[in-house]
Amino acid sequence: MQQTSYKLHNLRKIYPGFELHIADLSLKDGEIFCLLGPSGAGKTTLLRLLNFLEEPDEGEVVFRGQKYTPRTYLPSLPIMRQITTVFQRPALLKGNVWQNIIYPLRIRHQKVDNEAIMEIVNALGIASLLKQSSSTLSGGEAQRVALARALVFQPQVLLLDEPTANLDPANIMIIEQMVTKYAAERKPTVVWITHNHFQAKRVGDRVCLMEGGRVVEVSDKEKFFNDPEEQRTREFLAGKTFY
Amino acid sequence: MEGLVESLRLLWGLDPYVYNIIIVSLRVSGLALLFSALIGIPLGTFLGLTNFPGKPLVTALLYTGMGFPPVVVGLFVFILFSTVGPMGRLGWLFTERAMITAQIIIAFPLVAGFTMAAVMSVDRNLMRQLRALGATKIQASWAAIKEARVGVLVAIIAGFGGAISEVGAVMLVGGNIEGKTRVLTTAIVLETRKGNFGVALAFGIILLGLTFFANLAMLYLQKRQMFARE
Repeated sequence: MQQTSYKLHNLRKIYPGFELHIADLSLKDGEIFCLLGPSGAGKTTLLRLLNFLEEPDEGEVVFRGQKYTPRTYLPSLPIMRQITTVFQRPALLKGNVWQNIIYPLRIRHQKVDNEAIMEIVNALGIASLLKQSSSTLSGGEAQRVALARALVFQPQVLLLDEPTANLDPANIMIIEQMVTKYAAERKPTVVWITHNHFQAKRVGDRVCLMEGGRVVEVSDKEKFFNDPEEQRTREFLAGKTFY
Repeated sequence: MEGLVESLRLLWGLDPYVYNIIIVSLRVSGLALLFSALIGIPLGTFLGLTNFPGKPLVTALLYTGMGFPPVVVGLFVFILFSTVGPMGRLGWLFTERAMITAQIIIAFPLVAGFTMAAVMSVDRNLMRQLRALGATKIQASWAAIKEARVGVLVAIIAGFGGAISEVGAVMLVGGNIEGKTRVLTTAIVLETRKGNFGVALAFGIILLGLTFFANLAMLYLQKRQMFARE
């Protein structure tokens, strides 16, 4: 049975001209939860809240049984270190690829397990790049390094903010395979923002449509794509929503 | 040419008067730089990475400090350590300690200001991603300093240049006492006033040489670190 990792209740984040409001949403371990929606729907804001990088203005998040409200929205370091995000535009440290990949282990003062790292590195096809300077990488290579960097410490929550946007099909396939393999083996909570319906169909277990800072519909992948409940979802899937 | 010959003769001749001046200069400016870096780099990093309500005021004060006339700094430090001043009991006036204090006040705004500019140029996206990878604020700040290391090195070089080339403040608070508080800049002033232009020029060339080699050493260390990381 899948365990609930996050429970969001009446969560609000307000910016000038925009409000994110999540009335109720639960996320589970072992699932890949795909977030779809037009630009400005609040998907990235939601991801930042889930990573505790920003604090909400109202509401609560229960993460693994612990409640966090705006006044207490700062989990302990060990809790924070269970969660990570891979961003759309990877930003790497100066230095070589290997130094970037082991950075999360160094800041955790963890032993570098070469064998485990090489398994990830080989799966992502970046073994030949390890000694290369990070500044010389292509977009696809940099994103694969960013994913390797996120996986070496085996996060229990993996948040992906359009990690394959602007990448070529080969890089997209490598990243999808790596994330689905990691999800199957380690059973983390994975939240994956994508603009690609087909990608959501390929990798998602549940799919959520967001629009204007609100959740329009959440359901299992089959139901979402074959028999959505909401008219807005049908319009979105029919391509009637402008990005 | 006469100055160059004179400086070589002074150096070659192992003149204890000259060596004492060089050692005092390096000790005073080196320690001032060390303390300036210890204050200025964290302060500059904090200002470069953090937004808070009074930041424009603090930044304006820092920029003012970067252009503060050294002789005015000397005057403040003189008053501070004079027998009637608030810290007169320490008895630091006309000692290296007062000179170091004055040079810290001159150099640390330079170190902090240039560090702030360098750290501000680090990609904010990278800082967010490091935090998302589990870096604490201190770890992310340290990473920012390392990312901005060329700029931070420029900050240190500027601080060193500001400290060792300064004359007004050290003259006031050090008193230019031979064998105790005489440094290269004050020695140049003294020798020029005495009409010993050759010796003054020799001290000038030694000062330029020291600054040049100190900067070269810092650049070498920086480059070695960069190659080690690539």
